[in-house]
Amino acid sequence: MSMTQESAPTPTKKMEISDEVAVEMDKVNKWFGEFHVLRDINLTVQKGERIVICGPSGSGKSTMIRCINRLEEHQKGRIVVDGIELTGDLKKIDEVRREVGMVFQHFNLFPHLTIMENCTLAPIWVRKMPKKKAEEIAMHYLERVKIPEQAHKYPGQLSGGQQQRVAIARSLCMNPRIMLFDEPTSALDPEMIKEVLDVMVGLAEEGMTMLCVTHEMGFARSVANRVIFMDRGQIVEQNEPKAFFENPQHERTKLFLSQILH
Amino acid sequence: MQEHANAYVSTKELPQLPAPRNDAGPIAVLRKNLFATPVDTILTLVCGLFIVWAIWNLFSFVWLDAVFEGADREACLVEGGGHGGACWAFVEAKLGQFVYGTYPSAERWRVDTVFLLLALLTAGLLIPNVPYKRINAILLFAVFPVVTLVLLTGGEFELAGGAIALVFVLAAAATLSAVGSVPRISLSRLEMRIATWLLLGAIALMLIAIVLDTPTFEILGFSFSLLTMLAFVATLGAIGLSMMVGFGSGQTTIKSMVAPLVIAALFIFAMTADFDLRYVPTNLWGGLMLTLVVALSGIAASLPFGVLLALGRRSHMPAVRLICVIFIEFWRGVPLITVLFMATFMLPLFMPEGVNFNSLLRALVGVALFASAYMAEVVRGGLQAIPKGQYEGADAMALSYWQKTRLIILPQALKIVIPGIVNTFIGLFKDTSLVYIIGLADLLGTVKRGFADPNWITPTTPATGLLFAAFVYWCFCFGMSRYSIFVERRLDTGHKR
Ligand SMILES: Nc1ncnc2c1ncn2[C@@H]1O[C@H](COP(=O)(O)OP(=O)(O)OP(=O)(O)O)[C@@H](O)[C@H]1O
Ligand SMILES: [Mg+2]
Repeated sequence: MSMTQESAPTPTKKMEISDEVAVEMDKVNKWFGEFHVLRDINLTVQKGERIVICGPSGSGKSTMIRCINRLEEHQKGRIVVDGIELTGDLKKIDEVRREVGMVFQHFNLFPHLTIMENCTLAPIWVRKMPKKKAEEIAMHYLERVKIPEQAHKYPGQLSGGQQQRVAIARSLCMNPRIMLFDEPTSALDPEMIKEVLDVMVGLAEEGMTMLCVTHEMGFARSVANRVIFMDRGQIVEQNEPKAFFENPQHERTKLFLSQILH
Repeated sequence: MQEHANAYVSTKELPQLPAPRNDAGPIAVLRKNLFATPVDTILTLVCGLFIVWAIWNLFSFVWLDAVFEGADREACLVEGGGHGGACWAFVEAKLGQFVYGTYPSAERWRVDTVFLLLALLTAGLLIPNVPYKRINAILLFAVFPVVTLVLLTGGEFELAGGAIALVFVLAAAATLSAVGSVPRISLSRLEMRIATWLLLGAIALMLIAIVLDTPTFEILGFSFSLLTMLAFVATLGAIGLSMMVGFGSGQTTIKSMVAPLVIAALFIFAMTADFDLRYVPTNLWGGLMLTLVVALSGIAASLPFGVLLALGRRSHMPAVRLICVIFIEFWRGVPLITVLFMATFMLPLFMPEGVNFNSLLRALVGVALFASAYMAEVVRGGLQAIPKGQYEGADAMALSYWQKTRLIILPQALKIVIPGIVNTFIGLFKDTSLVYIIGLADLLGTVKRGFADPNWITPTTPATGLLFAAFVYWCFCFGMSRYSIFVERRLDTGHKR
């Protein structure tokens, strides 16, 4: 997006990051059959950190963040999320998923439920919250993503940008400590991208721990405190956004940046 | 390449087309659709004449030449041979049989009551504006079948100890899971563990009791064997323990704790109590009533079973998947007639000495299992149509498997396959006429028996009877079909993926 001029560091970058570890990936490997998707991924995310992950298509970005809430199973290595190690133990997986919100490229709203029901479903059934209270919370977050008036419509009646904002609100209703975004804006028309990014910037400013796969480099520059570049299942390079964009170290990063910035 | 790329661009100016003819108005529509060309005109005329001829014939058969009143075949005979119109007098005279079979006349009010209850409860459930849907559904699916069973047969069943223990085992399972699902109590607590073991022990005892004979004795008029008695006591213990834990936690409602026990007791009472109703054996049942009994129990059983089978077939557990696949493929691979024959002639060979299933019950089970297999495949089609994103969305929110299935997947999958489900219902409804071959007189069966009656033998009796039967079947099936279309429209939330 606005790649040309160098914006002054926004206050978000100054938000303090605690030493507590939110996500730790230690030598994580994953195969799809014969295909080695993730190779020795090492990544530590501190609480409050905002990480942007980029890389060419098929490099394993989605797979990596989907491992964090066990939508994909890793075969080797260790993943610890919020102090809970992800193993085959269903209870642990459940605990992790309660704390981790996820926003998908294609929203994945439930088309047979209204916006309000989409938002209150998990609080009611997973957190066992009374319906009244869940609705209050849902309304609060719907106001935050600026669509309270749509609460009683169905997802099919909303625009793409609105649906994605609902999806974010729906995740927030579970009061997650970590948010994962998998290309949240890449299925949207250009004019809707901003409204979704604005919501995400707002979240970042509040200090939410975020891992975000995106090619919105403007967002990466102004919000992220670390940009990670992946290629062929490996983390090739990671750095502060400024250094990452102005002074990439690896050839592959340079090539990727030259392609994406023009 | 270059020339081809622009081939669609005309080089000359084309002549102007004539102004479009006025397309509005009925005459224009007729002309456009029916008389556009000479061939169309001829086809229209020929088909039109045929339709008029066919309708005229049908109309004169069922109305103009028909006989509406008469005491026996004389009324419907035409002098000098040949045949006249429909013999409705026959249908009128035999209507009682067509509806009730040979159910004793004095007791037919019981069938009427069941019909009335059924009509009221289904209407209440199916019409969207009627309130109290929940109570209505409970009445229709839980209370109505028991009431029907007692009313139609006369009740006063002799329940063996094993059956009673089984009912209470179900009640105990309900209580246990109600207590276990309270957030701060888990099934791993000592009392809960003991209760679970008691329940499992009871089930084991009951299974042993099937093969092992132990001395029997009577308690409160029920005959228990030693083993079933033990099972019964263990079950009560499990219920007691879990109720203690439940009340102790202070987080359960009295209703959810006591309900299973009360329901079990009520059920046993309803089944065994003497309501002063005459016993009517099922071989006297017949006609429309029997058709409805077979069809509706098949429909009611096939949907839940079919859903479970479809879920099982997509399960990640290999054993579950295998069992479901075998079940489905077995039942889909054999014709219903074979199933019914096997139920009648083969099942008795494998049953232990003295166990004697009622032939209607066997047909019911056969039809239900058969329909479940078909339903499973229909539902599986719906499950497959749900995009992966829906599962992932639900998983990411930490919903459990059953929550995900019940709240997200099934509502969407079932909605997609409503036409298929209703199609299966309609097929099942009509297939019930096959029970005729194992000696049950359903609607079609009684009609056939009716026109073998020498009092009513005329050239048009069979046609009239069959027309009547066909019309009754058609009314039910058409009703289901229309209702399904109505439901589809109502559930459409405008989301096109
Ligand atoms: N379920 C699967 N089974 C087999 N291979 C898969 C599966 N999911 C992903 N892959 C493969 O793994 C690789 C990485 O996929 P992934 O979706 O993580 O890439 P990505 O970096 O997110 O790409 P994109 O930018 O296109 O979303 C791809 O080559 C893909 O074909
Ligand atoms: Mg991806």
